[in-house]
Amino acid sequence: MAMESELVGASLRRPVTLRYPFERRPVPPRFRGRLSWDAEKCVGCGMCVQVCPAFALELVGKGPMAELRYYLNKCVFCSQCVESCPRDALTMTEEYELADYKHKIYEFRRK
Amino acid sequence: MSGESEKAVFEVPVGPQHPALKEPILLLFKIEGDIIDDVMARPAYTHRGIEKATEARNYIQNIYLCERVCGICSGIHTLVYTQGVERLAGVEPPPRAKYIRVIFLELERIHSHALWLGVAAHELGFDTLFYYVWRDRELVMDLLELVTGNRVNYAMSTVGGARRDISDEAAHQIKKGMEIFRRRLDVYTGVVEKDPTVRKRVVDVGKLSPHKAVELCAVGPTLRATGVKRDVRADDPYQAYDEIPFNVATYPTGDVLAQIMVRVMEMYEAANIIDYALDHMPKGPIRTKVPWNIAPNEVISRGEAPRGELFYYFKSNGTEKPERVKIRTPTLANLPAVCEMLKGYHIAEIPIVFASIDPCLSCTGRFAFIDERHDRSWVWTGEQLRAYRRRYYKWQNR
Repeated sequence: MAMESELVGASLRRPVTLRYPFERRPVPPRFRGRLSWDAEKCVGCGMCVQVCPAFALELVGKGPMAELRYYLNKCVFCSQCVESCPRDALTMTEEYELADYKHKIYEFRRK
Repeated sequence: MSGESEKAVFEVPVGPQHPALKEPILLLFKIEGDIIDDVMARPAYTHRGIEKATEARNYIQNIYLCERVCGICSGIHTLVYTQGVERLAGVEPPPRAKYIRVIFLELERIHSHALWLGVAAHELGFDTLFYYVWRDRELVMDLLELVTGNRVNYAMSTVGGARRDISDEAAHQIKKGMEIFRRRLDVYTGVVEKDPTVRKRVVDVGKLSPHKAVELCAVGPTLRATGVKRDVRADDPYQAYDEIPFNVATYPTGDVLAQIMVRVMEMYEAANIIDYALDHMPKGPIRTKVPWNIAPNEVISRGEAPRGELFYYFKSNGTEKPERVKIRTPTLANLPAVCEMLKGYHIAEIPIVFASIDPCLSCTGRFAFIDERHDRSWVWTGEQLRAYRRRYYKWQNR
């Protein structure tokens, strides 16, 4: 019996639900979404592969021309690879609607 | 039935898929009439092998593995892990990093206690309070999202410091949020203290004496609710807690009301700690470099999680991977205490009394043996483990 004031307040409030596919909440400034790779900057050192806790990254080939394979279904979005990259070749995008029926594997290629 | 009143003791299993929180545990009750005579708890339906998995990953990868031991207290798990690795390597994090860690830990404590308060209200059948508390918990979740970029797995603490800085703008928003949250908390404190429906369910229910609580090694709010002033933050200060003044919240009665009040008081304390830490945060770098390989060493690390004392043991062997990481979560320490709390009360009080320790059962999974060929499974006791250890070392030193 101690919540009447709450009830009055709630009855005057508008609903906060968003009509999702049409309206979206903006992502927070430090949001960690899908990974993206900059081929120009990457030197193929493999640091990202070593620190990935979920084994979601794999180097394809060796040396400075190595390419990256990114297993989206394994990624835990911790952004440790972004932090460990000595050349800032990796960034986290703001993309978050990533659910899919099949395992998504991104082949990052040098053109 | 004969004329004499015979005592009929029933065994009532509750769980694995039932009690209080939506996590698996078996509570085997011996019931006399409607009164609980004896309880046996069996956790470990969700063994995930995290301790073993840490041995196959390097120190950086393990931060994110340990973060996922618990969903709600992910911040304290990373902190205690990184604190332990820093001690292993003999590295001291910069002072600003310590303050940043304290701030997000206290935000986490608020959101965890608010979550628990909602769950407790739900167990009492007071779903209105549950929805309102969870609505205001979103305030704190939004602040955490603002600072760390994520609602649950913050990935904020790293070996050697903090990963992200708190800007002045974010600090201002956190302070504003704390102000609003304090006002909201006043409302809920009033509801819990005055509402007769709440009081009838929580006063003098699930009583635990301070003597028994200490004897059963209860930790955290469960212990503080019996009036024992014990808190890792005050007794063995880690990070910046030795520089921040705060009170250890206790409540003398030891029933479920005390559990609620201790957590509510801790939310106020946490808000005060955050305000103080934001005001007194030193300037400077937020992280230092830590070597990739760590020399052989052995340390322990502990911290006060929202549920009680969290304990980590580390052993390094000179490589990039730890030799052994042992994790003791607070819920495991509180299980004997909750079995004691349940005795002598009615069946209807099981959910709220069990929920009053804020059980986080997936963290308590240990190991079991399963023999697929003979379709058997069993668990070793401490005595059997010790016997195995003797056999093993005898075999090794033969």
